[in-house]
Amino acid sequence: MSSLADNRLQAAREGNWRPRPLVERAWLRWALNAGALVYLVLVWFSVDVNWARVAQGMDRGLAFLASFLTPDFVSRGGEIATGLAESLTMTVTATVIGILLAIPVGLGAARNISPMPVYWVCRAVIAISRTFQEIIIAILFVTMFGFGPLAGVLTLAFATIGFIAKLLAEDIEDTRKEPLEAIRATGASWWQWIHYAVQPQIMPRFIGLSLYRLDINFRESAVIGIVGAGGIGATLNTSINRYDYNTSAAVLLLIIGIVLASEYVSGRVRRWVA
Amino acid sequence: MPLLQINNEPVWRQREPARQRLVWLGWFLGVCLFLFCARIVSDNTIWEFMTDAHIQAASLIGRMVPPDWSITASLLLPLWDTVNIATVGTALGVLISFPLAFLAAANTSPHPSLRAFALTVIVSSRSINALIWAILLVTIVGPGLLAGMVAIALRSIGFLGKLLYEAIEEIDTGPVEAIRATGARPMQELAWGVLPQIMPAFAGITVYRWDINIRESTVLGLVGAGGIGLQMNAAINNLAWGQVATVFVLIFATVILSEWVSARIRHAVI
Repeated sequence: MSSLADNRLQAAREGNWRPRPLVERAWLRWALNAGALVYLVLVWFSVDVNWARVAQGMDRGLAFLASFLTPDFVSRGGEIATGLAESLTMTVTATVIGILLAIPVGLGAARNISPMPVYWVCRAVIAISRTFQEIIIAILFVTMFGFGPLAGVLTLAFATIGFIAKLLAEDIEDTRKEPLEAIRATGASWWQWIHYAVQPQIMPRFIGLSLYRLDINFRESAVIGIVGAGGIGATLNTSINRYDYNTSAAVLLLIIGIVLASEYVSGRVRRWVA
Repeated sequence: MPLLQINNEPVWRQREPARQRLVWLGWFLGVCLFLFCARIVSDNTIWEFMTDAHIQAASLIGRMVPPDWSITASLLLPLWDTVNIATVGTALGVLISFPLAFLAAANTSPHPSLRAFALTVIVSSRSINALIWAILLVTIVGPGLLAGMVAIALRSIGFLGKLLYEAIEEIDTGPVEAIRATGARPMQELAWGVLPQIMPAFAGITVYRWDINIRESTVLGLVGAGGIGLQMNAAINNLAWGQVATVFVLIFATVILSEWVSARIRHAVI
């Protein structure tokens, strides 16, 4: 490696200064570039694009973009209001249930406070919950529990478990050891230990994470309606399939607005608790 | 320190009484909100379906085990397509979000109105799920891999743009001023002062998003946007749950592998 550095220094002295490359070894750099090129060619042949269809669809794309200037909240107002109310209530219910279930899993998945067998079980739960997209889980739950918001609530709660538990466990693993040992030295029971040593250290970030998950759950609740799990997704999907872009634009604008508002509120709350 | 006098003995409490009552009030309101929402959900649910849920669940699992391995070979090409959707989608997202992030960062944005525009694009892209983008794009460009790639790209713009502009706003101003002092033009300032500082964060964010996109691209086929989701949808519609289980196992393996790769790359870069 030193010879490469020397070469660069030598070149710089001769007036040809060059920035340090991201990948130091020249052959590796070229191999990566060539690999990327080969990959692009392979992908190019695997993508079968019907350009005539694309050109045809462009009008539709422009119509969709234009519809954002003329969103139609009224003509499907009833469906939009019901869907939105269902999405919001599903979001709240699922987030609360999910967090309640995620706390024990998160405690179990923290290496510094839980025994090995519990650790592995909790990590497995987290891995399964995180791998599968909400929509896949929703399909399974709709088959099991029937159409309607209950399947949606269970789906979102299940996805919340993996998300919150993983981040919670990482936070607990990052806590300072001294308070944990101090509280334990007073002869505290396990509950008191968690309550007075662990909980104060993780609470601000935990509240932030919960609000963030509330946000994600709302966004996801707009999707799982497509497979029949309740919420505004069904309305949105129907409007897109009917090419009723004015209604779709109205729904999308409402989603964007609510996400913006909740992001603003959660930012304020996070600054307040931190 | 909140000490109460109970029977002339000092008793320690975690909070002052007034603050404690406020906390309880907060909990009370939160529980009320939860119960109210749960009530609405419950009213909209057909509980008759729930009575045989455990039978449904048992029969579903019974039909999924063992997975139907005979279709594995026919799933490898769709799986390759899925990885391509995620990779090309991420690359397209990077191409668009990279300049966007410089417009959105307060310290590099050329004009406040451009900054507002960039932030609006980022928020809109972040709010809308890749699957919704995919439904839209399937109606616009037709079903296939292209719709999936563009959908992933559109969703990634917001995520990459947000994290990247936050990284740009957090840079050390020293090197930038030093470059400016040599008489560099604004573009040279960006290239030699800002860019080297955000490169590691940029690489890490990109790989992280690629990892998320692998997960997301597995379901895009449900709405016709290509990849292994198409086969999954077909199997579900045929009620061939053994085949669905095979798809699940393949997705699980791919996601675990991509998570491992992304963790390795992030580890190497940062």
